[in-house]
Amino acid sequence: MTAATDADAIRRRTQDLLAAHPPATTGRAEFLRARFDAGLAWVHYPAGLGGLGAPRSLQAVADAELAAAGAPDNDPRRIGIGLGMAAPTILGYGTDEQKQRFLRPLWLGEEVWCQLFSEPGAGSDLAALGTRAVRDGDDWVVDGQKVWTSSAHVARWAILIARTDPGLPKHRGISYFVCDMTDPGVEVRPLRQITGEAEFNEVFLTGVRIPDSHRLGPVGEGWKVAQTTLMNERVSIGGARIPREGGMIGTVAKTWREHPGLRTHDLHQRLLTLWVEAEVARLTGERLRQQLVAGQPGPEGSGMKLAFARLNQEISGLEVELLGDEGLLYGDWTMRRPEIVDFTGRDAGYRYLRSKGNSIEGGTSEVLLNIVAERVLGLPAEPRNDKDVAWKDLAR
Amino acid sequence: MSAQPETAHAPDLLYSEAEEDLRSAVRSLLTARADAPAVIAATESATPYDQELWASLASGIGAAGLLVPEKLGGQGAGHREAAVVLEELGRGVVPAPYLTSSVVATEVLLALDPLGGPAGELLADLAAGRRTAVLALPFATPPAGARAAMAGGLERTVTTVADAAAADVLLVPTAEGLYAVGTAGTGVTVEPLVPLDLTRPLASVTLAGAAGALLAEAGPAAVAVERGLLSGAGLLASEQLGIAEWCLTETVRHTRERHQFNRPVGSFQALKHRMAQLWLEVVSARAAARNAADALAAGAPDAPLAVAVAQAYCSKVAVHAAEECVQLHGGVGMTWEHPAHLYLKRAKADSTAYGTPGRHHETVARLTELPAP
Ligand SMILES: Cc1cc2nc3c(=O)[nH]c(=O)nc-3n(C[C@H](O)[C@H](O)[C@H](O)COP(=O)(O)OP(=O)(O)OC[C@H]3O[C@@H](n4cnc5c(N)ncnc54)[C@H](O)[C@@H]3O)c2cc1C
Repeated sequence: MTAATDADAIRRRTQDLLAAHPPATTGRAEFLRARFDAGLAWVHYPAGLGGLGAPRSLQAVADAELAAAGAPDNDPRRIGIGLGMAAPTILGYGTDEQKQRFLRPLWLGEEVWCQLFSEPGAGSDLAALGTRAVRDGDDWVVDGQKVWTSSAHVARWAILIARTDPGLPKHRGISYFVCDMTDPGVEVRPLRQITGEAEFNEVFLTGVRIPDSHRLGPVGEGWKVAQTTLMNERVSIGGARIPREGGMIGTVAKTWREHPGLRTHDLHQRLLTLWVEAEVARLTGERLRQQLVAGQPGPEGSGMKLAFARLNQEISGLEVELLGDEGLLYGDWTMRRPEIVDFTGRDAGYRYLRSKGNSIEGGTSEVLLNIVAERVLGLPAEPRNDKDVAWKDLAR
Repeated sequence: MSAQPETAHAPDLLYSEAEEDLRSAVRSLLTARADAPAVIAATESATPYDQELWASLASGIGAAGLLVPEKLGGQGAGHREAAVVLEELGRGVVPAPYLTSSVVATEVLLALDPLGGPAGELLADLAAGRRTAVLALPFATPPAGARAAMAGGLERTVTTVADAAAADVLLVPTAEGLYAVGTAGTGVTVEPLVPLDLTRPLASVTLAGAAGALLAEAGPAAVAVERGLLSGAGLLASEQLGIAEWCLTETVRHTRERHQFNRPVGSFQALKHRMAQLWLEVVSARAAARNAADALAAGAPDAPLAVAVAQAYCSKVAVHAAEECVQLHGGVGMTWEHPAHLYLKRAKADSTAYGTPGRHHETVARLTELPAP
């Protein structure tokens, strides 16, 4: 390991940053900019792009030091799609210009991102999408409709996949773009959801002009690029590091301790089962991180989102029941358009309803189980009749 | 009561022809007047339920008086028929005070031996759909909680009273006995709450210097309240059956039609087995719900066990079916326009109503002499 990339070096750099920009007297934005420029935003990114080319695991060293010093963070919840999905894709497939243009404001939270992937006719079968991008000089002209787009109403940029060649089989005719959400052809309409609020949207694209310089990866290879995004999405949904009794299980455990009158044997059994499962899920995540550090990534990553969704749903469901009379109530049905996606906030009823999305967004649990069965266990795939047919000839 | 290997009462778990006729009448009324868009619109309006629809159901079809003998102004049918109405109301997640007024409050009054007097008058009005009444207890109160409910006086606040917002009369259990309190009178405040299940409004009821008519002394009142809650819990199982059935039917329909990967998603075995499993649960829930209705109708000695079994089982089936319905609809199931969320919210709230499955398990444990360690 070189001097620039071991834990001590990271610690030293972090202390230098804190000395030059004491959090107590430095503005939030200024601090974050300095942190990015010191390579301490995501240490595994290249120098000049917020990183140091260090092992990914060393980020934890910087984060711990910064948190201990009370430094502001970049509010990863608010910028989740940019941070978790757009950034690794841009890093993997972007040109130098694109990386320079997009990564810094993205990490600083100055520019919010959304994901224009799903369409009314293409959800689990994302590669069936029909939004068209047609070349016109230096631009692409995009027409189509996207749906379930979280945060589109606050996003500055979108990652977008569109069909550039309907004559090819569906996986081969797709290209990947960065779409400017302020383009006049982009119309965002709120889509109210089960919780009463409109966290996601429908997005209508009409003659949207995207310069070719905003294409990520080669023409026709968008599906491959999208795989990077989707893999990162799954890890970012289920992969957060949490302490024991962190997340939903902590909330219900607190309710249990505070309300002896609500207890029944049945609820007790279920609570303990879920407590153990939540603790084991936490340990599985921890082990996965240790494997990554040791350089032996395991397939457990695919399992984390599955476990996260199931646990969130069962625990929040248990809490609604546990609360009795109070569980029959709901905080607020007003249609709001929240800026951040909130899984664990508000009342038990909200958490119960929102958690239903955890097994749908970012790939359904059924589709993830298929991926585990086929790619991890090596089981034969379902027979398919859609792989070699030109997209335009598929039944829809 | 001790566990009996063979109960004296042999339950009839099928539907009679008359029950099927009643079902068709209710279903065609609800199809015409309370389809999913109408129900969603209603949940967003200020009115707790559609008064005209209620009149057609309650007095037009005569559903409100099914439990009430003819000599007391009702139809002289019984719990089996009322259960069929509830199956249909569950299938449509229809906002209507049927369970609370036509079943629970009605059963409380019937148990008071109501010939003549204020209880009889009120009962006749409920049976005719002229007035509605609700028992002023939290919606989560299990039948086993009836005795504990006979406490305090007329000055009180009771939260999460189902369907109170539009009720004419409150039946209030106190230490002295059961009172009937008109909601229009002075000293009565009914404050709507924000419910998880928008199709069954909840309210907080506050009595401060309200006048009430004493219907029964504490002793008989406790028996009557328990009877009301027991019938409510037992027939709620039929509502839950209706919810589960709709969710399964609709999920099967959707997954047959929705194509992904160039084929119907319902053709994936991963989904087929789950829907087949749900079918098995619905079949089982029907047997449990019919058994509870039949035992209540017959006044069978094992009715409390039949009800506890039905609640412990059907609550979970309804929630499971509604959760699967949301999941197997994919993103569509997470939207407000699609009715799946109404069923999920109703099923989840119903699983707490008149006691959670865990409370009913405790009743099963007691009645079968299978105590906790
Ligand atoms: C809260 C939320 C936020 C979202 N945010 C975004 C976003 O920001 N951007 C974006 O692009 N998309 C977003 N999505 C969309 C999401 O990715 C899709 O909803 C999801 O991929 C499922 O697609 P679908 O809704 O079309 O369901 P369908 O594909 O129609 O699936 C219906 C059912 O069939 C099952 N199924 C499908 N295929 C198979 C199979 N091969 N084997 C077994 N079962 C199968 C599914 O699991 C599901 O249960 C969001 C969704 C939700 C709920």
